[in-house]
Amino acid sequence: MTETIRARAMGRPLERLDGRDKVVGQAPYAYEQQVTDPLYLHPVQAVIARGRINAIDTADAESLPGVVTVLTHLNAPRLTGDGDGDDRELWVLQSDEVHFRGQFIGVVVAETSEIARHAADLVRVEYERWPHDVELSADRDDLYAPDKVNAGHDTDTDVGDVAAALADAPVVVDHTYRTPMEYNNPMEPHATVAVWDAGGLTMYDSTQGVHVVRQRLAPLFGLDPGHVRVVAPHVGGGFGSKGAPHAHNVLAGLAAQVTGGRPVKLAVTRQQMFSVVGHRTPTIQRIGLGAETDGRLTALVHEVVEHTSRIVEYAEQTAVVSRMMYAAPNRRTRHRLAALDVPVPFWMRAPGEAPGAFALEVAMDELAVACGLDPVELRIRNEPDVDPESGRPFSGRRMSECLREGARRFGWESRDPTPAARLRDGWLEGTGVAASVYPRIMQTGNRAWVRYGPDGRYEVGIGAVDIGTGTWTALTQIAADALEVPVEEVRLRIGDTDLPEAAVAGGSGGLSAWGSAVVGAARAFREKFGRHPSAGDEATGTAPESPAAEDFSMYSFGAQFAHVRVHADTGEIRVPRMLGVFTVGRVVNPRTARSQFVGAMTMGLSMALHEEAVLDPRFGHVVNHDLATYHIATHADVQDVDAIWLDEEDPRSNPMGIRGIGEIGIVGAAAAVANAVHHATGVRVRDLPITPDKLFH
Amino acid sequence: MDASIRLRVDGQWRTLDVDTRTTLLDALRERLGVTSPKKGCDHGQCGSCTVLLDGRRAVTCLALAVAHDGAEIVTAEGLADGEDLHPVQRAFLEQDGLQCGYCTPGQVCSAVGMLEEVKAGWPSQVTEDLAGPPELDDEEIRERMSGNLCRCGAYPNIVAAIRQGAR
Ligand code: FES
Ligand code: FES
Repeated sequence: MTETIRARAMGRPLERLDGRDKVVGQAPYAYEQQVTDPLYLHPVQAVIARGRINAIDTADAESLPGVVTVLTHLNAPRLTGDGDGDDRELWVLQSDEVHFRGQFIGVVVAETSEIARHAADLVRVEYERWPHDVELSADRDDLYAPDKVNAGHDTDTDVGDVAAALADAPVVVDHTYRTPMEYNNPMEPHATVAVWDAGGLTMYDSTQGVHVVRQRLAPLFGLDPGHVRVVAPHVGGGFGSKGAPHAHNVLAGLAAQVTGGRPVKLAVTRQQMFSVVGHRTPTIQRIGLGAETDGRLTALVHEVVEHTSRIVEYAEQTAVVSRMMYAAPNRRTRHRLAALDVPVPFWMRAPGEAPGAFALEVAMDELAVACGLDPVELRIRNEPDVDPESGRPFSGRRMSECLREGARRFGWESRDPTPAARLRDGWLEGTGVAASVYPRIMQTGNRAWVRYGPDGRYEVGIGAVDIGTGTWTALTQIAADALEVPVEEVRLRIGDTDLPEAAVAGGSGGLSAWGSAVVGAARAFREKFGRHPSAGDEATGTAPESPAAEDFSMYSFGAQFAHVRVHADTGEIRVPRMLGVFTVGRVVNPRTARSQFVGAMTMGLSMALHEEAVLDPRFGHVVNHDLATYHIATHADVQDVDAIWLDEEDPRSNPMGIRGIGEIGIVGAAAAVANAVHHATGVRVRDLPITPDKLFH
Repeated sequence: MDASIRLRVDGQWRTLDVDTRTTLLDALRERLGVTSPKKGCDHGQCGSCTVLLDGRRAVTCLALAVAHDGAEIVTAEGLADGEDLHPVQRAFLEQDGLQCGYCTPGQVCSAVGMLEEVKAGWPSQVTEDLAGPPELDDEEIRERMSGNLCRCGAYPNIVAAIRQGAR
């Protein structure tokens, strides 16, 4: 167990420190960084899904007044390295090959964005078209098992004999569930401003991690990491897609090399984001549950088929949620991939857990119905004593409490389980529940410094970022408690690789990683300079060890409840109420934390009812590649969404006692809605999104 | 083709040359350095670029700058009076009606414009009684604000902020 810091500022609902700048719009995002005399970039994209560029004619584009140059694979600066592995996504303008539709095959550099865009349209390309394949199905003969799935999880696991257990089980639920291709769509599109001068490369980037951008890009450009600076003081959301640099970063870096030091600005358009910044793979999931008549699971099978791109393997860890959620003596999980000619998939909020929990938690609802049991009670009955596959004890597992507290607040006791039994004013009413989980992830290698300034304030520096998560505020609170001073005496500096090494804002582990390093730095500072430092005193520190982490299984848990109304004639689905109850360790800032939970639950609601990217198999592109046709929840869709949490701290996790909160809110949310729709209508929809047409058959 | 136009932005007259293809949004952000309105889609689909244009809320990505010579534009920055925030902005802070903040200036301008529309008696899709003045309940706020997307999902807090700011 690590020694925890005393909570004085932590736990207080401080207003966002960056809030004032944001409500007036003065907080500068990447594209808004003021640079001198910039040039504008507009990418040229491939309009075939697979093949080769035979000829590319840039003459018309280049003759347009205001165009500085057009870069293609024929004349772009060369990247360093072999362009293998994950770098294949970043291997931009280095060859004539096209691996997916929308791939960047050129870029116009021009005096204004209007000219650049016009010129990009004038670039003429002749292709040699090769047959492509973007269609995922569970019966493909080329499905394969990756070596590992995302976050380093095993691809398959087996415990006991599921075939025998399923054959013997008095109650069996065995179905296929599907989730579609989904897109993060942060409101701030990915954007970067790059300056290449004698000092190296500076990038103002919309990213979840300044250091990860530097680590990935420096070797590609043949630069020492010390000669790459990445700056991101404010980021307009990411939800995973900004967790690593993508092709546009490389495109900007290439272009910046040919402008004689003039800065270049590249804003990926909303439409382009559907090709080049990642997406969540579609999933086809078989869940097989075997149970006794009292609901106790004897077998749990979760087999997943999903896609990856042919050039870079990204294997979403969709079935891992089924490895630890419920007790069952016989269990099996599988991940199988089809490598297709699709854009490169990547992280989207709660990768693995979000689609996986949809399938598992709908299946559990089906089991509750099959056993004639209350779905809250069914889940409590299947609570494991220890992590069922690893055998390790949980550092804390209060899921039953979340379920009971949620049931109490939601008014669950009075629920009549009969489906399709509540018709009021033309609307069918129903309620649903699902469990939530997200692992505690601790990223290593973080450092921070503390400096005592002449103004009597402590400056605390670390290359963390705030993507809307509240880092500016919550990390200041942690720093204040680590130094045992009021928050007013702390001045936080983040979002710059000139600051010490920091992990990406991802895996709900940003604040854990950065906060731990800040605690380490504060302790080093106090050890060296005591309580009465002089101006200029400075100390650097790293995160203290958490030896307990090895011995425990650490997760956050939750329970989600949803009330839906379904129009009996049109199938329109409304969600008047959602409630989440979570247990996440300590909550550093209740105000920003509640927003994050509610925001993630809202994304879950959006996943349940709206989100679906439609790939056209003939052309290999996402047809609905904008916000008018790729629907996300808006004001009118979101009514009473609320989140609460159980009071606790998890001293085994880190010196703040926190486990992370950014993703758990989306996990199980879509299942709660789907289960409520079943309760309302009697129709079980097993493929997302739940659109009205699926309710009539 | 370029054209010279004048815009009154947050109380200040500015003269600028714009490409006739330049949107009002790009004119503000790229020519004048006024970056309070944000570009979330450039297609009128998200509301991030909302300002008050001649007193009414408008998405500036769908407006050509050259067509608005002489226009009066108020951005979220201009709604604040120096250090003093507009009551709606103050309420956004208090209710935590934002996370990443990227949709926020658009939400704020849209809310301020919307409140004026309600005051002027304009009905919405969900207004039941078309004869009387519309009553600003949460359903009305949500309906009228639905052109402003927030991927962070700050909607419930935004609605609470608008309710508070409207008082
Ligand atoms: S940027 Fe104008 S509506 Fe989206
Ligand atoms: S606050 Fe991030 S999109 Fe609204």
